[in-house]
Amino acid sequence: MGRAQGASHSPPSLCDGRFCFLVRPRIKTMRYIADIVNADKMSGRSRKYKIIFSPQKFYACEMVLEEEGVFGDVTCDEWSFYLLPLDEDIISMELPEFFRDYFLEGDHRWINSVARALQLLNSLYGPFGKAYGIGRCAKMSYELWRDLEEESEADGQGRKPEIGNVFLMDRDTDYVTALCSQVVYEGLVDDTFRIKCGSVDFGPDVTSSDKSIKVLLNAQDKVFSQIRNEHFSSVFGFLSQKSRNLQAQYDRRRGMDIKQMKNFVSQELKGLKQEHRLLSLHIGACESIMKKKTKQDFQEMIKAEHSLLEGFDIRESTSFIEEHIDRQVSPIESLRLMCLLSITENGLIPKDYRSLKTQYLQSYGPEHLLTFHNLKRIGLLTEQSAGETLTAVESKVSKLVTDRAAGKITDAFNSLARKSNFRAISKKLGLIPRVDGEYDLKMPRDMAYVFSGAYVPLSCKIIEQVTLGRGWVGLGLVGPTDNPAWDSQRVILAVFLGGCTFSEIAALRFLGKERGCKFIFLTTAITNSARMMEAMIEAKA
Amino acid sequence: LFPPPPQFTFLGQSLGFRKFELYTMEWSLKEDLRDCLVAAAPYGGPIALLKNNARKEKSPGVRPLLEIYSASGLLLASIPWKSGQLVQLGWTASEDLLCIQEDGTVLVYNLFCEFKRHFSMGNEVLQNHVLEAKVFHTEYGTGVAILTGAHRFSLTTNIDDLKLRRMPEVPGLQKPPSCWAVLSQDRVTIILLAVGQDLYLLDNTSCSVVTPPGMSPSAGAYLQMAVSFNYRCLALFTDTGYIWMGLATLKEKLCEFNSSIRSPPKQMVWCMRPQSRQRAVVVAWDRQLMVVGNSTECIRFVLDEDSYLVPELDGVRILSRTSHEFLHEIPEASQEIFKIASMAPGALLLEAQKEYEKESQKADEYLREIKDQKLLPEAVSQCIEAAGYEHEPDTQKSLLRAASFGKCFIDKFPAESFVHMCQDLRVLNAIRDYQIGIPLTFTQYPLYKRLTIEVLLDRLVLRRLYPLAIRICEYLRLSEIQGVSRILAHWACYKVRRQLEGLCPSGNLSLGWGWGRPSWAVVLLEYEPRSGEQVPLLLKMKRSKLALSKAIESGDTDLVYTVVLLLKNELNRGTFFMTLQNQPVALSLYRQFCKHQERETLKDLYNQDDNHQELGNFHVHSSYSEKRIEGRVGALQNALDEYYKAKNEFAAKATEDQIKLLRLQRHLQEDFDKPYLDLSLHDTVSNLILDGHHKRAEQLYREFKIPDKRYWWLKISALANRGDWEEMEKFSKSKKSPIGYLPLSCPPTPPPCCGGVRGRGQGDRRVSMSCARAGVTLAASPSQRLRGRGLPRKIQWDATPPVPAQPPLAV
Repeated sequence: MGRAQGASHSPPSLCDGRFCFLVRPRIKTMRYIADIVNADKMSGRSRKYKIIFSPQKFYACEMVLEEEGVFGDVTCDEWSFYLLPLDEDIISMELPEFFRDYFLEGDHRWINSVARALQLLNSLYGPFGKAYGIGRCAKMSYELWRDLEEESEADGQGRKPEIGNVFLMDRDTDYVTALCSQVVYEGLVDDTFRIKCGSVDFGPDVTSSDKSIKVLLNAQDKVFSQIRNEHFSSVFGFLSQKSRNLQAQYDRRRGMDIKQMKNFVSQELKGLKQEHRLLSLHIGACESIMKKKTKQDFQEMIKAEHSLLEGFDIRESTSFIEEHIDRQVSPIESLRLMCLLSITENGLIPKDYRSLKTQYLQSYGPEHLLTFHNLKRIGLLTEQSAGETLTAVESKVSKLVTDRAAGKITDAFNSLARKSNFRAISKKLGLIPRVDGEYDLKMPRDMAYVFSGAYVPLSCKIIEQVTLGRGWVGLGLVGPTDNPAWDSQRVILAVFLGGCTFSEIAALRFLGKERGCKFIFLTTAITNSARMMEAMIEAKA
Repeated sequence: LFPPPPQFTFLGQSLGFRKFELYTMEWSLKEDLRDCLVAAAPYGGPIALLKNNARKEKSPGVRPLLEIYSASGLLLASIPWKSGQLVQLGWTASEDLLCIQEDGTVLVYNLFCEFKRHFSMGNEVLQNHVLEAKVFHTEYGTGVAILTGAHRFSLTTNIDDLKLRRMPEVPGLQKPPSCWAVLSQDRVTIILLAVGQDLYLLDNTSCSVVTPPGMSPSAGAYLQMAVSFNYRCLALFTDTGYIWMGLATLKEKLCEFNSSIRSPPKQMVWCMRPQSRQRAVVVAWDRQLMVVGNSTECIRFVLDEDSYLVPELDGVRILSRTSHEFLHEIPEASQEIFKIASMAPGALLLEAQKEYEKESQKADEYLREIKDQKLLPEAVSQCIEAAGYEHEPDTQKSLLRAASFGKCFIDKFPAESFVHMCQDLRVLNAIRDYQIGIPLTFTQYPLYKRLTIEVLLDRLVLRRLYPLAIRICEYLRLSEIQGVSRILAHWACYKVRRQLEGLCPSGNLSLGWGWGRPSWAVVLLEYEPRSGEQVPLLLKMKRSKLALSKAIESGDTDLVYTVVLLLKNELNRGTFFMTLQNQPVALSLYRQFCKHQERETLKDLYNQDDNHQELGNFHVHSSYSEKRIEGRVGALQNALDEYYKAKNEFAAKATEDQIKLLRLQRHLQEDFDKPYLDLSLHDTVSNLILDGHHKRAEQLYREFKIPDKRYWWLKISALANRGDWEEMEKFSKSKKSPIGYLPLSCPPTPPPCCGGVRGRGQGDRRVSMSCARAGVTLAASPSQRLRGRGLPRKIQWDATPPVPAQPPLAV
């Protein structure tokens, strides 16, 4: 159902006299509905209209309906649908607009939804252990959730807690990770084909037939579940191994007698066929990814990204980006690289800032002037200015950190006040692994494998630091602080406000495996660099 | 010893009715009821009377008098009526009095004649006046339907959430309909009206003519209609004295009756029990009352004085100057027991108990008779149930005594039903007392879920009967929150209000939001811990600004929106903007709203705080929606000015360039008759080269100071796409390439003549330009330089795809 709220923008053609709209409470959608109703009125048709708002009705929506003169014609309802489990460990709120609404427009409307989602989880799985948070939104969501809990006098207090610690994290604490090209398989599939609500449309180039196939990607898919978290380079090896195994299993048929054959057909064949189908789909997907990525000089881009992360040869990277723009490779990709440059360098130097933007406008059209304005406001693409200005990361992080905090992280955050914060954090937290010899991507030793061993995602690193007990003063402690049940400690809820990427999910799954705990992800939506950039683009009215 | 059993009257074989007195009315009315406007609330509710209403013309000196009585005729309050001419009185489900004026204004009063609020039924009603009005109750709440002087209907289904609906016109309606009624079917409210011999059904959009099934053709014109309490049944009375009874859907006829009384009845109402399958209608004329049902006979009662019928869920209340009676269908249990010479187990048990008290051995005989039939449990249940339907405590007692007597002879008879009945009857008897005057029947009582105990308590609270309410709570052992503390809170509010009244006699308490002293209320509200809860009240008190900050405090965006949008309508623009200036959260929300809904307001907002940057953006944005190029240039020019004011030179320059580009593109479009508008600079130049307009391309390159690198990339790929290798050669020699020569060897889309040049190996990528006859030596590409840097990490892209498994053989 996840996409049902789309309220497809072609006028519906049903004419049985009843309309039911299942929508997100957005002003734009309201106007769309009002237009339909008014058009019907004009043409003298009478129908019944029902609007179901999910997850909740907003007064502003009713107001719009009223201003458009259709309030009396529709009936409204609410469907408090908050959580969509995409997989065994991923729960999405399917609110992709959260990112733009909150971080760009400063609209707090969804915080209430987040708080309610937390309340729901809390009532389902018992009280949480400790709660940590970073960012303003995390703080507000947390406080609102506490208020809700107090009001409702929750009855779940008595039950055994199933979730230990909770981490709330604003997307704007770590833009860098979200901006990097993804190289774990699931991330690549998302970047290339766009995973929507846990399923993906594989086009003809993947299925090697003339129709597209919709595939559900989750732990149920036996092939996918084994490769989703792998670095792309190991995926092919795995797949060929798998196909050999499969072949071997098929081959067993030869030399079977009738009885064995009967057994084989009734018990194994179906599974094998299924696996075979999935395998060929994923092989197709891999090939298609390969084809696309080599065309775009993916390797070079990754290298440029890595040198940006390391702060190495900035001039080279800048000219790479410039060339990228000049060649009109892709508006979204160009924008992403510019933002990555800005955020890792704590803003562009004024000359580059101007020239890159001018180049960009020339390449992709002048309407992106507004996009740049948005990016500046959100802190993704800024200009270095002398001294004191803090970028998005700094200002948000430093607010929440006090001197009382001990350990590495505090130092790192304290150093944020200084220039070039990403560099500083990266150094303090060791986000760029030291290299001795080759980084073995097949047997990774840390979370950096999700970015080819070049970079440990900041968001995940922060969570790691806290689970290791390295100290972090966040929102304070909640619930029973003394000896919560051990097994509940093993389950950690990571809440990403503004979306999280599959790379982060893969990294934390890896961390969980290493440390013997399990991460559950609650995110406002699955995101990636392209989705983030698209959210910033000012659509033509 | 025992009160005589109530009088039964039978209609046909099985349908028994009885009429008994609820109260001797305490009021000493001088007027006839027919001279007053009367309204009585259902469920034993209060009675409102407006005296002298009709006599206005005769003696202008006498003001009408509005009086409210309890069902037992005790005066609750009265006020002289000073407002406009009243057409209709009615009660809401929460026992507020609705006074519908001729001009369509509806005034709402509470039980004590204190003004609460008013609302209007719309302009159309105001102009054409109210001819008739009806108050009705549906699942949506209390509604009001109005017939205007222009013979049009307007209605609202819920007066607390006022949405006015104007019903469609009835074609050719010249005079008011003879009768009409409001129906509620499938949650839709519709109007049924009769004009002469025709019936019309009005729904939201259309008017249709309907004919009731089985209607005798000679029935004549309709005079009166009645809809049952649950909107299920409909009765029609015609001028031949014929009564049609059927379903309100007009799909089925239930029965008919010919009364042979041709004069129009004063009132006609349904009288039936919720669970019963029997249906009957009570018709009232001046001096007689007739009960008709599925039978050729009817029951007639003589009316000694002018009466008024109040339909109830399970019967009809009959009001007159001296008495208040209840007419209802006798429930089965009571019939069984009280029917003359009944041999039902319950009747026998009652008899047995009587004999037992007389110490007669007959008691044992009766008891044996029941026991032999193994009907003792049934007999007990029958007695218990019948007790519930009795109004006289003595009859109740004797029935309960019989039940308790019978109970002794049964093993493990569950006591709950008996205990509950005793409890319920105590509560019912307490509120039926004439001092309280709520003649609720057992059917209407909570157990039947029509009213919950909270509603009953609320009604007592409304009547300010706090001690009784608390006693009932205690008796029923209700939880503190549900019961006592809630009532105490109401009482406290009432007391505080009285206190305030004493403090400021000038404060007009009956007007406004109720308490008269906003500041006091605000102080009290501060003690409300949840800010979200404070907001609606603050709004009610017109403390909008305080409400706004409280809403923001609560973190509930929707609440903030509510307040902001209300403020918008309440304050003038300047003040509204100023208020928002101090509340950034609210401001950003309002901006969001404007962005989609009122773009012009957005401009004013930015203007107000001299936000030139945003104003510039605004103009750029609106340039997109301009169709004509002049319009777009104009909007961009505005943006340009704003950007200059904002000292954003970059944006200004970019906008200037865009204006220049737009103008150029228009020229190009005119010159070459091809679309150039809306292309980026890059694409414009690229298209020019593709079409072979090298001069023009060159001109743009200079005019817009396109960097060399870009120009080279652009030109090479465009030329390659065009396959113009001569021009390419010329260009490559024109000056030194700023981007190296690799791109020349493999342009983005390789032309057929130089396919497969791309070096696949990781080694030397110095490939000679296969297509360039010039033999230019190639420099390393930038990408190669990057790679050459020798990063320690080697990324393995295993480029050999695995062999897909063979498709399984069909077995």
